[in-house]
Amino acid sequence: MSGVVEHLVPATAVLPSAPSIRTERGQREVFCGLTGIIWLHRKIQDAFFLVVGSRTCAHLIQSAAGVMIFAEPRFATAIIDDRDLSGIADANDELDRVVNQLLARRPDIRLLFLVGSCPSEVIKLDLSRAALRLSRSFEPQVRIRSWSGSGIETTFTQGEDACLASLVPDMPSLPAEAPTSLLIVGSLADVVEDQFRRLFDALGIDNVGFLPPRNSQELPAIGPQTRYLLAQPFLADCARALEQRGAQHLPSAFPLGAEGTMAWFAAAAALFAVPQERFDAVMAAPTARARAALQPLREQLSGVSIFFFPDSQLELPLARFLSRELDMRLLEVGTPYVHRSHMAPELALLPADTVITEGQHVDNQLDRCRASKPGLVVCGLGLANPLEAEGIATKWSIELVFTPIQGFEQAGDLAELFARPLTRRNRLVV
Amino acid sequence: MQLTVWTYEGPPHVGAMRVATALRDVHYVLHAPQGDTYADLLFTMIERRSARPPVTYTTFQARDLGGDTAELFKSSVRDAYERFKPQALLVGASCTAELIQDDPGGLARTMGLPIPVIPLELPSYQRKENWGAAETFYQLVRALCLPLAPPPGTVREPRSADRRPRCNVLGATALGFRHRDDVREITGLLEQLGIEINVVAPLNAGPSDIRRLGEADFNVVLYPETASPAAQWLQRTFGQPMTRTVPIGVGATRDFIREVAALAGVEIPPAVLQGDSRLVWYSRSVDSTYLTGKRVFVFGDATHAVAAARIASEELGFKVVGIGTYSREFAREIRDAAARYGVEPLICDDYLQVEAKVAELQPELVLGTQMERHIAKRLGIPCAVISAPVHVQDFPARYAPQMGWEGANVIFDTWVHPLMMGLEEHLLGMFRNDFEFHEGAAPSHLGSTTARANPTEVVTAPAVVELQSQSGEAASEPQVQPAASGPTWAADAEKELRKIPFFVRGKAKRNTERYANDQSVAVITVETLYEAKAHYSR
Repeated sequence: MSGVVEHLVPATAVLPSAPSIRTERGQREVFCGLTGIIWLHRKIQDAFFLVVGSRTCAHLIQSAAGVMIFAEPRFATAIIDDRDLSGIADANDELDRVVNQLLARRPDIRLLFLVGSCPSEVIKLDLSRAALRLSRSFEPQVRIRSWSGSGIETTFTQGEDACLASLVPDMPSLPAEAPTSLLIVGSLADVVEDQFRRLFDALGIDNVGFLPPRNSQELPAIGPQTRYLLAQPFLADCARALEQRGAQHLPSAFPLGAEGTMAWFAAAAALFAVPQERFDAVMAAPTARARAALQPLREQLSGVSIFFFPDSQLELPLARFLSRELDMRLLEVGTPYVHRSHMAPELALLPADTVITEGQHVDNQLDRCRASKPGLVVCGLGLANPLEAEGIATKWSIELVFTPIQGFEQAGDLAELFARPLTRRNRLVV
Repeated sequence: MQLTVWTYEGPPHVGAMRVATALRDVHYVLHAPQGDTYADLLFTMIERRSARPPVTYTTFQARDLGGDTAELFKSSVRDAYERFKPQALLVGASCTAELIQDDPGGLARTMGLPIPVIPLELPSYQRKENWGAAETFYQLVRALCLPLAPPPGTVREPRSADRRPRCNVLGATALGFRHRDDVREITGLLEQLGIEINVVAPLNAGPSDIRRLGEADFNVVLYPETASPAAQWLQRTFGQPMTRTVPIGVGATRDFIREVAALAGVEIPPAVLQGDSRLVWYSRSVDSTYLTGKRVFVFGDATHAVAAARIASEELGFKVVGIGTYSREFAREIRDAAARYGVEPLICDDYLQVEAKVAELQPELVLGTQMERHIAKRLGIPCAVISAPVHVQDFPARYAPQMGWEGANVIFDTWVHPLMMGLEEHLLGMFRNDFEFHEGAAPSHLGSTTARANPTEVVTAPAVVELQSQSGEAASEPQVQPAASGPTWAADAEKELRKIPFFVRGKAKRNTERYANDQSVAVITVETLYEAKAHYSR
């Protein structure tokens, strides 16, 4: 009789051998948190995101969304104008008017987010109070909540963090004596979420909730017996809010690659004392598939050097996957922010000499990047074509946020995203 | 506050970036929060530029607000100057920095840089992209040319007979709708008239070129949206007259040639005025008969909209049923044009109002921007794009100007092609327009179709068909049918298959069935689906 599953990675702080982190300041070439609306509005299907901001905010989302994918999407901007700033119009009255206009137009909306921006933060327009005020008129038909995606406070994926944190107070409460429950936190593609549910079922773990839910009416319940497992690495504020509701963190590497996914499920299995035999049986087939899918890509990517510009905070788990499962060589791993405790399991798995840069000085980083002669660069859309024009192969980082990459079945797809730019270069003879 | 779903124009500092990026040896330091760097991707992705825009952003964060954002700005200016060594520097603020009132212009002036520093005051909460571009170009021209200006009241000396006439070509920017190709077409045309090109600006001009603007005899204004204030200032300061005609379409190109020849004092060779646009014959050929009286709706920036309406009406024999623009600064031009065609002008930057107008007018062709392309697609109406805002498709690899003779050819092709497709679509629509497709599938923001009987009803049906075929192929593929003797699909596997994006779903289905056949699997489960995926990805 074998024992129960044990945690594969230590939950404690950074191991002595873990790489050190260098911090850098200067011009940042990153999106602000508003960008998260592009995937969040597809994920939560009855929610609408109203940015209270400037024309720049509207233009950003429109441009980052690949220019007008959806005829009328579930996001919009209430553009602040001179009248609001000069006090001719009361900004709160104006906001009420716009929300009324919007909800009259979209009776299908059940959850409205007022999303703060740089200008709304700077003029101190209190959107949480506005949300409370408007809720009084519209609940229970429409819940109105607020969060900030401003660039002065959030970097790219931190917008999702802020959004999910704003939902936590609305999660139903579980009593203290409720059985242990598991909460998976972070947006996943629906197909990935379904795969994960099936694997949890197969492990006999049936008390699993997902945040965000696909429908705002189906927020999972939470209580002191809830353990939360992060599916995304950028959820610091949301984690804090969950802890305020009594939930406890279940540390793990992130479910990227076969190894990361295995560790992630092992963390859950250990919590629920799943027998080792059953765990192995459930994991065997998907792990084998993932390994098989990775094999040819490992042949292609092995030894190729890679340089990450900061973008989504996915950089550390990705670097771990590329280094350990595909044998790529890490030149520099830039990331906007390193959450030391959430990242501890990842840091422990990274080569001890990994160069990690937190923050950004884009011009200096470009100098280092060119000097290091990378085989592949992971960077944002503003840098990709200029680097390609210099002869450097690039992978756009935004694709890593918009593509299902988590889990066993996607491990091969994830590796393929890195192989494709190289394959393409090999094919082209012009 | 204005509720905005899509915007036609970006903020004014994006207009400034379009000018800065078009120029050589000029750098722009923009006081802006992190996130505003998104604007770089407009140039590197949409226009596929191979270099980053020459813009340094201070990218301040919340923690900087308590501290010294002014010092952050100054150090950004210092670093940018040292790294990029520009010959002129533009400085300004984006919308958020405007609120914190650090005065970038004043700060930069105190730094004693050995190059001209041009402060830009672009009120983000009043103005928009085109205005920002025009203002930036004007400020730059003024700053660099004023020291070379003749004393006020100086009368310009007539050109000596032994010198060829010279002109500047003004207005082309980065991220402009076909600016790259228009410049080539029009400079070629001007050279045919014996006119020398003094400077093209801002596109590919450096500060030393800008300083030479005053040496020309007159200015050709290609895009009034970006070049008018600068050209008007040059007219006042250097006595240089400017063109008023924008040469889009055969008639306008001929008018332009006459106007330019008069300004330059040259004879027009008859062959040049005749031109060699195929539009003239193509439009007269019998197969164009079916274009007669087609009802078109025109919307765009004012210059392109006015030009498109004239071409539609005079050169293709369409009927203009509506015209509008998103640029309020040019409302008068659109009102005049609307009066000519006996229609009501639509001066508006609310995309939803434009959509409502199109739905109400039910034109047979929409000539608009990328936004109207989406409106038209939803309403099942053919559409051709005539104006910015731009999309990656508006930077074709081939030579495709809008101006001059070749521009007229491009326009003929671009506008007529969707119409032929349009006929086919109508036929398809007739047979797909089944009553079953009506049920609750109207565009969400127009409310439910059953609730209202209105003029849009006729057009909702094709839109419905398209929405369904877009939103999930599942709708048109109700059951996963196994091959006659092949394996069958378990319900959960079938459900899983539908989650695969429609454009690869067919391939996934075929592969899975082939795999199941090879492995003698009778019932395809979710496991089989992924086993097959793993098998074929090897």
